[in-house]
Amino acid sequence: MTEGFVGDITIFVLALLVGFEVISKVPATLHTPLMSGANSIHGVVLVGVVILSSYVNGPIGYVLTFLAAAFGAANVVGGYAVTDRMLQMFRRRVPVKRTDEVEAA
Amino acid sequence: MSGFETGIRLASLAGAVAFVLGLHLMNSPATARRGNQLSAAGMLVAIVAVLVDVSHGGHMNVTRWLVLICGALIGGAAGLYSARAVAMTQMPQLVSLFNAVGGGAAMLIALADYQHDPHVSAGVALAGALDVLIGGVTFSGSLIATAKLQGYWSQPVNFAGARVVSAVLTLAAVVAGIDVIAGAHNAWILAIEAIAALGIGILMVLPIGGADMPVVISLLNAFTGTAVAMAGFVLNNATLTIAGALVGASGGILTKLMADAMNRSVVSIIAGGFGTGATGIEPVGAGTGGTVKSIALDDAALQLAYAGKVIVVPGYGLAAAQAQHEVRELASLLEERGAEVSYAIHPVAGRMPGHMNVLLAEANVPYDQLREMEEINAEFDRTDVALVVGANDVTNPAARRPGNAVSGMPILDVDHARSIIVIKRSMASGYAGIDNELYGDPKTNMLFSDAKKGLSGLVAAVKQVG
Repeated sequence: MTEGFVGDITIFVLALLVGFEVISKVPATLHTPLMSGANSIHGVVLVGVVILSSYVNGPIGYVLTFLAAAFGAANVVGGYAVTDRMLQMFRRRVPVKRTDEVEAA
Repeated sequence: MSGFETGIRLASLAGAVAFVLGLHLMNSPATARRGNQLSAAGMLVAIVAVLVDVSHGGHMNVTRWLVLICGALIGGAAGLYSARAVAMTQMPQLVSLFNAVGGGAAMLIALADYQHDPHVSAGVALAGALDVLIGGVTFSGSLIATAKLQGYWSQPVNFAGARVVSAVLTLAAVVAGIDVIAGAHNAWILAIEAIAALGIGILMVLPIGGADMPVVISLLNAFTGTAVAMAGFVLNNATLTIAGALVGASGGILTKLMADAMNRSVVSIIAGGFGTGATGIEPVGAGTGGTVKSIALDDAALQLAYAGKVIVVPGYGLAAAQAQHEVRELASLLEERGAEVSYAIHPVAGRMPGHMNVLLAEANVPYDQLREMEEINAEFDRTDVALVVGANDVTNPAARRPGNAVSGMPILDVDHARSIIVIKRSMASGYAGIDNELYGDPKTNMLFSDAKKGLSGLVAAVKQVG
């Protein structure tokens, strides 16, 4: 076990605790956007794919990286876009007459 | 550490901080959108930082750039398109699909890294083996969940020998994983683990019924986060580890909340326990113990039209019938007549955690009318009419007594209202498979109808009242 690995585990455990602390306060009203938002955050996997792409070789490596890049990008772009779309629908009580119009503020 | 490297590390740190603060801002509907945008900005910083880092490192060549950019462009375009096109009722499918690709990408990172150089330390091998196992299960399991939610088939699928196949696959995955950790230095072993994991994912989600989906999606979300964190170990990258852990924690909390609200344990859902067959909207079924009164549309409309305080209780059946716009129309109509209308939202209403709130927000219901269970339960005592649409088990007073399938389940105190109207297609029992005592209550009137037709009928009839 290298020192770096133990450092990574430390970061992992602390981040888990921060996650529990931050998220346990979110009201049920926002659970779907929260999950969708968390979904976008795991799109950070794209950062890993960029690192991966800098050292892979050969056809298998390239195919795996290509697929991973497509998956990761779909995750991160789609995730943030759809979460934003959802959250802009949450409004306070104002007399809104237009049902179908959703303006991007 | 050079100045350049310090800059890259600090940029990654900024990204991680933005994720945490972004999630924190999700605590309130007023700030949630800003939170998501902050999180997206952090993501952009993290991605730009790593791009600068690898291009500065001098290992990128034309092929590598092409592979990365082509993949990212295709995936990004597909993600953006589906995010724009998806209907809010289909949100659970999309979230599940993003779980799939996130978990899949995490698995592919471990596979590609190991295939490039299998001579890794035991720690990295352990993380890689876990990444492939969790990522593989998430990928195939989420795809099956997506297909089920999309309605290709919603009934649980069981076949003879499924458990034996699951056991064999699990054994294969564990043996292959241990071999990798023990120093197999052979990419094929990890590939075998990946294939076994994909099989496990399929067999895990196939037998799970539609009504358990809120729990399953949350769980797969937690899995994806964990797989991404493991990919962070493999690549020795703290940003992935931190972000993955955050998602793992959020998915874990939501899974627990959902399972508690459904009065089920996560283990029994995954093991395909009792009651997996029933969903909230079965055709004609059993009767209840008490005398059930049915009500005509016009009488129900009259009752609503002269009510001072109305609480709408929407459930899975309303989401399934996509009747959120009709319920909103009825509520507006009653408000114009001077009634106070609010919505009582049980935590598991809809098809994923909090789904009902999104559906009603889409139908332009302001979020301060959407009330959580703990908050609104006390108000049922002062309510003239509770209108239950497509909710069943979450309103069953039997939950307050021990000794039945819903005992201990947190419920909405609908039976405390002065009168109750239930819109329901038939007397079929709900997910727990038991009769709802609410329907036998003398204060309850049943309006037998499809949610959408019943609500639009009520809208027309209330307008007639004048």
